[in-house]
Amino acid sequence: MAELTYRAAIARGIAQEMERDPSVVMIGEDVAAAGGVFKTTEGLQARFGPDRVRDTPISEQAITGAIMGAAMNGLRPIGELMFSDFLAVCWDIVANQIAKTRYMTGGQVSLPLVIRTANGGGTRFGGQHSQSLENWAMAVPGLKVVAPSTPRDVVGLMAAAVRDPDPVIVFEHKKLFAVKQDVPDGEIVDRLGVATVVTRGSDVTIAALAAMVPVAVEAAARLAASGVSAEVIDLRSLVPLDTRTLLESVSRTGRLVTVEENPRLCGWGAEIASVVAEEIMWDLDGPIIRVTTPHCPLPAAAELEDLAIPSVERVVEAVLRSR
Amino acid sequence: MYRDMVRARYFEQRVYDLFMEGIVKGTTHLGLGQEAVAAGFAAAMHPTDMTFCTYRGHNHTLLRGAPMAALLGEMAGRNNGICGGKGGSMHVTDVSKGAMGSYAIVGAHLPVAAGAAWAAQFRGTGQVSVCFFGDGTTNIGAFHEALNLAAVWKLPVVFVCENNLYMEYTPISAVIAVEHPAANRASAYGLEPLVVDGNDADAVHAMALDRIERARRGEGPSLVEAMTYRHKGHSRADPGMYRPQEEVDAWMAYDPITIYRARLTAEGTDEGALAAIEADADAEVDDATEQVRNAPPPDPATLITDMWADGGSAWRN
Repeated sequence: MAELTYRAAIARGIAQEMERDPSVVMIGEDVAAAGGVFKTTEGLQARFGPDRVRDTPISEQAITGAIMGAAMNGLRPIGELMFSDFLAVCWDIVANQIAKTRYMTGGQVSLPLVIRTANGGGTRFGGQHSQSLENWAMAVPGLKVVAPSTPRDVVGLMAAAVRDPDPVIVFEHKKLFAVKQDVPDGEIVDRLGVATVVTRGSDVTIAALAAMVPVAVEAAARLAASGVSAEVIDLRSLVPLDTRTLLESVSRTGRLVTVEENPRLCGWGAEIASVVAEEIMWDLDGPIIRVTTPHCPLPAAAELEDLAIPSVERVVEAVLRSR
Repeated sequence: MYRDMVRARYFEQRVYDLFMEGIVKGTTHLGLGQEAVAAGFAAAMHPTDMTFCTYRGHNHTLLRGAPMAALLGEMAGRNNGICGGKGGSMHVTDVSKGAMGSYAIVGAHLPVAAGAAWAAQFRGTGQVSVCFFGDGTTNIGAFHEALNLAAVWKLPVVFVCENNLYMEYTPISAVIAVEHPAANRASAYGLEPLVVDGNDADAVHAMALDRIERARRGEGPSLVEAMTYRHKGHSRADPGMYRPQEEVDAWMAYDPITIYRARLTAEGTDEGALAAIEADADAEVDDATEQVRNAPPPDPATLITDMWADGGSAWRN
């Protein structure tokens, strides 16, 4: 057991897989010699050499295209996009090429690749370096989407992503990089599509992801003080989605609140709400409530950004409103 | 190479006819007139080398060895299609023959070809990627990102610009600031400016052998510009009326198959041997057509297969 930051857990997860499988390689902007602009890949080039951990030009289409081609020809590559906002400059490769090629070729092409990217707000970076874009990826058939909330899960889900035979996007949350946790020694490997119940409760289910998980946990603690028992589910993976855990919980508590960093329209909470409404409507004791950022770009000013991203107070208020 | 060019020509003429008949659906982008580029390169490649091409990729895929009936079936949306009818004309692929896909978004496959070459370099397999694209591709960002990465990493990839003088309906000369869309950009990536007569199969083949073997020796990428011309419009929707008649006439007279046949005859190849090649190609096309006419549509169950490696498309438990 060793205390590990979320940022160090990223390097540990990658190292675990590179140690195990010589076909795992990683490329990206400043990931090698510099150890990543967020220091999430520190030490990997020194440990695994310049052929396996390689710096690229500022060329997101080349990065994503190169890992696609490499995956077609025997490697298990990891490509880093420095900020998830940069998905927009290589969305053709990600959404048109990587996501669709297995299907369009009738299963001839396998793409065992991972795109890692720093996602999410709370860092005062403004509208082009703060977005939570996991819902973009979720909307494209052919992409798997994970977003860990703890250092331990970073290691386990990274390993699962690298070992998965299909393309996986790992959204690493910038706001969580400094978070610390005791992480067990030895190999950690999770399965994609398994949610965890972080806080047990009986009155309401709060579904959250990545940096919204600690917000939901804190909200549950405050609610407990006022006599409301909230269950917090960390979804961990949007595709595949663990609807079984979610539906079991909501059918027991009778209430659902989702907490998303996505802007309101078509955030992942809407999909979850529709699954619950379609399948266990009659188990509900109140309306499903979504806590999201407003439908606006994220502002840079601290006071404005804090207003935009769901806070503990807003989650508490939403839960009380659902009763 | 004569056999290859004739097979490609007869095949695509049949694709055109079957489109008019309503058998081939959607759209098609024919490479009629550009067969020498596909034939010259295919003849220079090893079986394990990798071809990446565009939506104008029937010739390249066929000449790497994809079965003709399965290609035609794909365009007709039949269950014998090489991609099970899920790709269509613009996505014909035969990985078993090194035909690593036809990509329908302009420029997208250049970085992919570079990536496959990177894996070949990393694994020491000796494979080379050959990536075909049109003149219009030279104006899109992915072209430049891929060329730069390939040059910096010295990747074993040959980029082949088939300059047929038109980007879709617009003359390429109207949208570039230089004379040669590829060759004049090569110096930006430290590469030689290479222009070849794309209607002369021998010239293409010599260039292809030289650049592919250079890549295989670890001497890095090349960018080749092959001058050619399409006999038809950009796609099925386009009669190509924007092209001056004198230009069309001149290029039709400089047809790659006609000039190659004349050369073979002048060099003493027996007329009977050439006629036999043509008869064989005719029979092959007829046989493929017959197979496609008799093939049923895809099984409805395949709508949701092959999205994931487990064969399915589940997104939840």
